Amino acid sequence: MPVLCSSCAEKRAVLKRPKTAHSLCKECFFWAFEEEVHQTIVSAQLFKHGETVGIGASGGKDSTVLAHVMKVLNERYNYGLKLLLLSVDEGITGYRDDSLETVKRNQQQYELPLKIVSYEELYGWTMDAIVKQVGLKNNCTFCGVFRRQALDRGAMMLKVDKICTGHNADDVAETVLMNVLRGDIARLRRCTAISTASEGEGVVPRCKPLKYAYEKEIVLYAYFKKLDYFSTECIYSPNAYRGHARTFLKDLEAVRPSAIMDVIHSGENLSVREGVKMPVQGTCGRCGYISSQALCKSCVLLEGLNRGLPRLGIGKHHRLHEKILSQQPLTQKEERKLKAVDF
Amino acid sequence: MCQVDEEYNGQLEHRVTPRVSKKCVKCKENTAVLIIRAGDAFCRGCFKEYFIHKFRAMLGKNRVIFPGEKVLLAVSGGPASSSMLSQVQEGLSRDAPKKLRFVPGIIYIDEGGASGQSMEERERAVAQLESVFRATNYHYHIVHLEQVLSLPSSVLEAGSSATEKPQTGSSYKAAVDQFIQTRKNQHPDLSVENAQSHPSSLSMQEVENGGTSPITPEQTQALQRLFASVRTLTAKEDLLHTLRQHLILHTARTQGYTKVMMGDSCSRLAIKLLSNISLGRGASLATDTGFSDPRYGDVVIVRPMRDYSSKEIAYYNRMFDIPSVFIPGLDTKAQDKASIQHLTESFVTKLQTDFPSTVSTIYRTSEKLNTACPPQNTHTQPSAKCLLCVCALDTKLEEFSAYQATLISEQLSQRRGPGPGFTPGTAAAPGLPPASSASQCCYSGGGQHQSCMTGEGGCCSSAKEPETVDLKSLLCYSCRLTIKDMTAEDALPQYILSEAERRKRRSQMREEISEFLLDEEEDEAILRVNGSL
Ligand SMILES: [Zn+2]
Ligand SMILES: [Zn+2]
Ligand SMILES: [Zn+2]
Ligand SMILES: [Zn+2]
Ligand SMILES: [Zn+2]
Repeated sequence: MPVLCSSCAEKRAVLKRPKTAHSLCKECFFWAFEEEVHQTIVSAQLFKHGETVGIGASGGKDSTVLAHVMKVLNERYNYGLKLLLLSVDEGITGYRDDSLETVKRNQQQYELPLKIVSYEELYGWTMDAIVKQVGLKNNCTFCGVFRRQALDRGAMMLKVDKICTGHNADDVAETVLMNVLRGDIARLRRCTAISTASEGEGVVPRCKPLKYAYEKEIVLYAYFKKLDYFSTECIYSPNAYRGHARTFLKDLEAVRPSAIMDVIHSGENLSVREGVKMPVQGTCGRCGYISSQALCKSCVLLEGLNRGLPRLGIGKHHRLHEKILSQQPLTQKEERKLKAVDF
Repeated sequence: MCQVDEEYNGQLEHRVTPRVSKKCVKCKENTAVLIIRAGDAFCRGCFKEYFIHKFRAMLGKNRVIFPGEKVLLAVSGGPASSSMLSQVQEGLSRDAPKKLRFVPGIIYIDEGGASGQSMEERERAVAQLESVFRATNYHYHIVHLEQVLSLPSSVLEAGSSATEKPQTGSSYKAAVDQFIQTRKNQHPDLSVENAQSHPSSLSMQEVENGGTSPITPEQTQALQRLFASVRTLTAKEDLLHTLRQHLILHTARTQGYTKVMMGDSCSRLAIKLLSNISLGRGASLATDTGFSDPRYGDVVIVRPMRDYSSKEIAYYNRMFDIPSVFIPGLDTKAQDKASIQHLTESFVTKLQTDFPSTVSTIYRTSEKLNTACPPQNTHTQPSAKCLLCVCALDTKLEEFSAYQATLISEQLSQRRGPGPGFTPGTAAAPGLPPASSASQCCYSGGGQHQSCMTGEGGCCSSAKEPETVDLKSLLCYSCRLTIKDMTAEDALPQYILSEAERRKRRSQMREEISEFLLDEEEDEAILRVNGSL
């Protein structure tokens, strides 16, 4: 006997929502999914009428669904937003080529303007060239840090007011768990925020409209909408803590499906003791980007690459920052320490 | 999408193979017999000293237990709480330097009725523990979980904290001085310790009362029905924890104890912290895992074993013959993924073997959290605290939150009516604020939500809760999840249901008279009067 949709009670249900376990027909699922994102956007006041919003587009499922839903909601509810797709080309052969093709197709399907910024034009280095120098083991540090800035620089180039990214509920919950495992209280406090306000120069405010959307529902949405996306797990192994946190979260979800939201709820309600030291946010002495150190992570990494000292950005070498900033030469001992890399 | 958007690399502390040195690092004379942390090799004597010192240091640092105060030790029979008992004995012993000066008692909660043990198994376990307890000469209380069914509903009320007791460090010192002075002047011979060394008739009587005799098969069946009505092991474990706390609290109150010592080790607390996060208990994380937990007001929970790893405890117990009793729990035979709590335990344990800093890192997180979640003092009206776990309620709809998003998802998935076809028609209202206006209150967009709610109910009308005050409205986020896993709410013990009714009546009462109440405080004062009628 076919199960009827629990929402309209007319059509046949085609799926069971991972989030609520309700059986829904295709249309009611689309409607519920979109409506939830809409509620998130208006209740958390993510945008204002007339703003230009850059959608961080990687060609992966999250950003593809985000672009689609943003386009739908902008028209349905007359948000009055100017939407555009913003992509980063890291210069990884065989990886970005395919995903960028997907983004280009998305651009045509959704009729949204697309801007691609490449690592080469921003930093003078492609990821392939970086991997050659630093080895496979450490390159994720680079592409993570560089991408974060690349989006900002691209956004500023295009005079974008806000960037929205495809981070979903699973990502947020995973980050909460990871920060607990790492004992990183400062990030633990920040990581559940749905948007970051503009702090200082060189930072465009960001938000996560899919913050409360389950990854599984994003896949269901893309599947039934027949959205075209590129399966982009980073081709290099993910960071160990995130890997553990991810496995743990998947197991939690299997035991109790609400666990993803429950972890986020916990993260949103943590209160950090007064007097616990938080890193002071300042700006980078070289590029002006937000940074708790004298030099931002990406300038340190770049300096290391350009000087042939790749370890500079990987370990903790804060006390060298002043030296680099004032262009002082490094001692031989320092040079030796920073050169060694395990591949 | 790349998995790394923040710089998280190079932080893992990998397993360090300890270098076995022959000599003890402390006295540098005796041969080391064990290594606790990488590099720290101790001889037997120095390890004992280190272990004992840690316990005193924990109590000394926190200064919450007053001389002469009655302290209830919650002993489960497991290694950590058994070790705690031995530390208290050590600290109270006649020749201990910096002697502890409180009056201890012991409580054991026999949970066999919930975990399916036979009466014989339960009696055997109780007999084993009694022989351990009797050897201490302390008062002890054997309480069966069945007794939770006859608790009075007053156990759920927060007691008023003993405000006349000094709380700060300096007044603590004054209290100690006064205690010593009083003893010198008034009872030069009779010390507290002496008084304890004669097991009182009260102690024996309690054992008889609390022993196996008063538990009828009917009570055990009622308890089993209660647990059978809970569908998941996650919720069963959570409920068991709650009921256990109620029994301990009740015993402490009726027997005049003002502190309860729990034997949670640092390994246990790390697991608890992570599993509580996963259960949605983030708001009360600090009270659930910190050194002291003041949520009940008149009885404060303390966790003096929180600096010991389970490994240290195991070494100590083995080396110094501290007896412990294995008692199977709800999840003893369960698979790794049977419950959130069990899953977290095996996750942390496994991670700890690969990365020995796991437990201490998680544990340090708990120290950076705030214990004083807004209304943790007892002057808050009881309805602002969870009916079951007595933590501050974390279900207010203020900013847009995971809780609110969940309510919306539920609502949107079970809406009755025509298909989504009507939606575009209701989209007339613009969804976003104009760029110029800084902030307006509420922007409604969806079909059925039109008006803006006022008051503390929050901004977005779509997540408005049903008007009827059900049991859920009296519970915190996480306890709601537990109740949701029950087949019927009315399977809960009577004392919980009666207190729920009473709170509902009071909140209705407040609704009726709300326009005559001048401010919040007045509001509470009136409620307190009414509540005591
Ligand atoms: Zn339907
Ligand atoms: Zn990467
Ligand atoms: Zn910089
Ligand atoms: Zn020694
Ligand atoms: Zn609760």
